Amino acid sequence: MPDTVDRSGAPAPDASSRSSEPPLIHARSLTKRFGDFTAVDAVDFDVAPGESFGFLGPNGAGKTSTMRMIGCVSPMTSGQLSVMGMDPSTDGPRIRARIGVVPQQDTLDTELTVRENLLIYGRYFGLGWKEIGRRADELIEFAQLTERANDEVEPLSGGMKRRLTIARALINEPSLLLLDEPTTGLDPQARHLLWDRLYRLKQRGVTLVLTTHYMDEAEQLCDRLVVMDKAKIVAEGSPRSLIEQYSTREVTELRFEPGVAETLDGKLDGIAERIEHLADRVLLYTDDGEAAVSAVHERGLRPEAVLVRRSSLEDVFLRLTGRSLIE
Amino acid sequence: MTAATPARPSAGPRAVSPAVHVFEHRWLSYKRTFRASVFSSFLSPALFLTAMGLGLGTYVDAGNPSSLGGVTYIQFLAPGLLAATAMQSAAFESTFPIMSGILWSKVFHAMAATPISVRDIAVGNLAWIAARLTMISTVFTLVIIAFGAAAAPTIVLAIPAAVLTGMAFATPIAAFATTQYTPNKFNAIFRFGILPLFLFSGTFYPISNLPQPLQVVAWLTPLFHGVELTRALSLGTVADDPLAAVIDVAYLSIMFAIGYVALIRLLDKRMVPK
Repeated sequence: MPDTVDRSGAPAPDASSRSSEPPLIHARSLTKRFGDFTAVDAVDFDVAPGESFGFLGPNGAGKTSTMRMIGCVSPMTSGQLSVMGMDPSTDGPRIRARIGVVPQQDTLDTELTVRENLLIYGRYFGLGWKEIGRRADELIEFAQLTERANDEVEPLSGGMKRRLTIARALINEPSLLLLDEPTTGLDPQARHLLWDRLYRLKQRGVTLVLTTHYMDEAEQLCDRLVVMDKAKIVAEGSPRSLIEQYSTREVTELRFEPGVAETLDGKLDGIAERIEHLADRVLLYTDDGEAAVSAVHERGLRPEAVLVRRSSLEDVFLRLTGRSLIE
Repeated sequence: MTAATPARPSAGPRAVSPAVHVFEHRWLSYKRTFRASVFSSFLSPALFLTAMGLGLGTYVDAGNPSSLGGVTYIQFLAPGLLAATAMQSAAFESTFPIMSGILWSKVFHAMAATPISVRDIAVGNLAWIAARLTMISTVFTLVIIAFGAAAAPTIVLAIPAAVLTGMAFATPIAAFATTQYTPNKFNAIFRFGILPLFLFSGTFYPISNLPQPLQVVAWLTPLFHGVELTRALSLGTVADDPLAAVIDVAYLSIMFAIGYVALIRLLDKRMVPK
């Protein structure tokens, strides 16, 4: 496993205590097979208490299968896994009692009200009605659902349902929260609202483990992440360190008229450290994007559109796999 | 909110099985439709007993009063309908709600992410179905008594007999439901399973009225044993043929047990793909 943690010096909570505290999740050669299909292929990772840890990768990379093994709802095929120092194969119910789970697809009872969903979920953990009632009131406020508390869930918006699902996952006051694609399918405003709530949880010291195929989500929420592709972990580090390691500081995106891009062969050589030809645009990887734009123009090329931006995790993924995250 | 506090050692031994909370969830959902449901559970038996028992029964009793062993048609019919109603209710409760938990609302998956196990989910749902059957059968029995169609005090025991009849259907049908991805085949169960049993298992007439081969078929069906047991208790005739009652109970119990084992295995297979 590449040792690239916090090379960037990005602020990470408890960076000093990390080495002394045992990891909350410890996985070695963790493998999951369904028949002949290998969903997760011998992955290694550790998650420290208080950390926000992400699995970034396209659909089908093995993220959800990994999360289900951590959440003790799917047994591993081989390898080692411990969660909070316990063994999922023997301590499943005890581990599940102490974690919160936000599944990829909503599993709310849409015929019950917002409040009833929280109450009954609290009962699953064997909590008393009075205590659940107190927690439900706080969580409804936290999820910004106060005005809808006694409404049925069915007509709520996608963003509201996701916030309710997160609130529900907190009813047992977990120290570890597992979020599988928490904002997939939400509009930008709903996503930002959700990120804000998750950021607050992180500040309170809740360990977040999330999967996403959105690079912006990973950059917003993760102290550290692993990039997964085809059942394997292909890189690991903080968002910034991954970008530093696998990409340049800036990227110049060029869009040409249809047909022009195919005639470029060689004309861009030497302008950038690395050049990627995508279906709809050409990416020039360089530390000075504006200089690259000037160089393109000097060579007599006239792209339809030019964009200079900072490198992102999308570029890291492209570099590592030769493919885009969202296809 | 104190989500940041370290997890308390709350995972000690529990006082009650987590299946209780699965039951609680079903009860919470049911409470919302309680009023309408209670009304219809009185209305349906009242309509049946009026139309078939009083209306049709007048002709039956006028024709050959001794053909039913000395009881009126409504006394003969009522316990049969009680057992058949339990079967129908059980079939309904074991199909759509199970499919919903797995596929539509996915609440079974929500439960499985907590200390509740797959077995707890199955047991909690079966307990709920048993509770529903008890409610339905009790109301039905009260209606029978109100119609003056109860022939013996042992009719009180017809309630658990009807519940057992329903549960014998609940476990295998729920097990089947866990294997389905659409509700299409549920209609087939109702049309080609439940309805023929309802008509040919001695609910409306003694199976001795059927041609000999069909009598054998009827004897082999589970509803026949549910009807016979419920009727014997309702009419107070168990002592006349105690062996028959033992066979009825054994048949229904074995069917329940086989269905239960299948349900646990198939639900686990569906919820936890290997």
